[in-house]
Amino acid sequence: MSSLNEAPQIGRFDGIKNKLMQREKLTDTAFLLTITITLFFTIYALAVIFLGDKGFGKVQMFFNLFNENAALIVIACGLSIVMVTGSIDISVGGSTALICTSCIVGLNKYGFNFLTSLLLALAIGLAFGILQGLLIAYLEIQPFIVTLAGMFLGRGLVALIEVNQVQVANPAFEKLSGARIEIPFLGDYNKKGIFLQSKLEYGVIVALIIVVLIFFLLRKTSLGRSFYAVGGNPQSALMLGINVKRTRFMAHVLCGLLAGIGGFLYLFHTRSGSVQQATGLEMDAISASIIGGTLLTGGVGNIFGTLFGVLTGGTVLLIVTAIGSQDPWWPQITRAAMLCFFIILQSVICSRKRNKSE
Amino acid sequence: MATHDNTINHARSASIIRSIVKHNIFIPCAFLILLLLINIFINPGFLKVSMGTDSNGHPVLIGNLINILSNATELVILAIGMTLVTASSKGQDISVGATLAISGGVVMRVLCGNETQPSSLHAPIIVALLLGCLAGMACGAFNGILVSRFKIQPMIATLILFTAGRSIASMAMGGLKPKAVSSFGYYGNFIPGFPIPTPILITVLVIIITMLVLKFTNLGLYTRAVGVNAKASSLNGLNPSLIKFLTFVVLGLCVGIAGFVQSSRVQTVNPFTIVPSIEMDVILAVALGGNSLGGGKFNMTGSIIGAYTIQTLTSMLMTLNVNTNAVPVFKAAIIVILVVIQAPIVKAFFSALMADLKSKNNRGKGDDTYVVVE
Repeated sequence: MSSLNEAPQIGRFDGIKNKLMQREKLTDTAFLLTITITLFFTIYALAVIFLGDKGFGKVQMFFNLFNENAALIVIACGLSIVMVTGSIDISVGGSTALICTSCIVGLNKYGFNFLTSLLLALAIGLAFGILQGLLIAYLEIQPFIVTLAGMFLGRGLVALIEVNQVQVANPAFEKLSGARIEIPFLGDYNKKGIFLQSKLEYGVIVALIIVVLIFFLLRKTSLGRSFYAVGGNPQSALMLGINVKRTRFMAHVLCGLLAGIGGFLYLFHTRSGSVQQATGLEMDAISASIIGGTLLTGGVGNIFGTLFGVLTGGTVLLIVTAIGSQDPWWPQITRAAMLCFFIILQSVICSRKRNKSE
Repeated sequence: MATHDNTINHARSASIIRSIVKHNIFIPCAFLILLLLINIFINPGFLKVSMGTDSNGHPVLIGNLINILSNATELVILAIGMTLVTASSKGQDISVGATLAISGGVVMRVLCGNETQPSSLHAPIIVALLLGCLAGMACGAFNGILVSRFKIQPMIATLILFTAGRSIASMAMGGLKPKAVSSFGYYGNFIPGFPIPTPILITVLVIIITMLVLKFTNLGLYTRAVGVNAKASSLNGLNPSLIKFLTFVVLGLCVGIAGFVQSSRVQTVNPFTIVPSIEMDVILAVALGGNSLGGGKFNMTGSIIGAYTIQTLTSMLMTLNVNTNAVPVFKAAIIVILVVIQAPIVKAFFSALMADLKSKNNRGKGDDTYVVVE
């Protein structure tokens, strides 16, 4: 995020140059998206071929990939938005943990129902988004420091509310979250030869609708376009008459709102809450965005790329678990290694492009 | 004439530097004194230091102050490294807790081998210390390469080890949680017969070495130069990438020493719970020390005092029976307040406000005199 105080570089051909760069970036987005989608299908196909006996051949396995990652998809969408704007948010894991625990305490002790707990989740997410957005956009504090504080604040508040791990003990809520959609005509035969219909959680539908909504927001609305403009070059965005501060603020508010929805989906799926819950969720979301072709420097990104980034990450984790290493440390290390690989790849691509343009 | 101007400039810049230093150390000192006063208010005997005996009958110093000084060791050592990293790379290393777990894990693995309750040490302690430092420096080098060679923002780059580090530490220990023999505990507690806790001595040693290094080498100057303006420093013949890399390796060394002290203190390392959220404390110490988290100039003394202040705060919260997991709430609040105060926009706003008030006052006076004259 470059500072607004730098001297603007006004040149005769800047308009044309910007236009050219815009075109280049758009093709870049398509290019990165193609890579991501190909990567996902290649990895999944390889898993089906080589680990078919571990369940990868089953249709349900494919749907489970969505079932497990519905919350992450929504949260990663929010992170893609802030990353496109050139900022970052690492508080999503902490706010997810806070949402889960506080909703469960509400459900168990204070007679919350589905709707009130959803509202609480959204309120917590929005509160994080608005506070962090104010500090980052209007006071121009480094996003990392603010959201790092947000992350510890979230986890610390969990401990203030409830130190021990808690489970949902609310029959109505459990019934709702246990509901599944049965997919017609798709399913697997189990060992006894009985046909089992594939099942999908309702959270997945919500997540996919949100992906489509965010796609249209980023593509078709002026707010969405200004996210890209601010992330690409805040100076030019300012000259175009975009309210840079408000745009950054809105990005964080939107990310907070999506973190709220994602946190609720997380609760809906796991039905438990603890201080150490959702550790590393922020990194999963960031790496999903990066795998999906969102540049850390801002200005480039595609929400469908993020979706496939989440699915790719999920598949790799499934493979690591399926290969059968009993050691508990491999999933986390694999995640980090994947993030590391893609960050370095991105950095190399960026620097090569910079050299070419110079 | 020119020399005259130079001396004036020199004197002026010297006085400016002096005032900045005064101002920078003022914040952490004031905060520390405030905390101590609150502590004395809560517990009138807070400052009392007395001679006691430990479980083996050796004479030891007992007291809250001694505990704070001793427990702050890891924080102080990490803050020293973090100050350099912050100054040079304009970002912080958020993986220090995880890498500390790695180096602590390596120390334990070297000392205990594959046994959970070894009857004797498997290797000399100095070897364990060196390997632990080496592990820390390797992690620092990894972060440093990502930051300096691949130009990744420090916090993104260190996010990798932040997440994976504790798992790597668990892997380095082979999933075991060994307990070392008690003679290893001398370095984190007391050497029998010597009343001052060993960590305090280690801290003093590290601080002296740091001050000597900053005084007699160009590390401090170069770090400042790279942090203030990397391009200008590169035009002056420095290699900004190398300096950034070096600061990360120095931080890695600090992490190694801190990991050694910590593992000796607890004598058993649980990689997932050791030094929880210390990265927050360290960043807080650096910010409290009057250092800008945006890099550039740094103030080592401020960071060290900041670290002791944070430790005082932690122990105060502990005496107030705040849950360990809830302590970060207060620290997060303080760090937000600190960065808000530091933010250029807020500073500009307040200075504008002050100027406005002053001019209004002046105008008021002017009006009065005008009235009097009339």
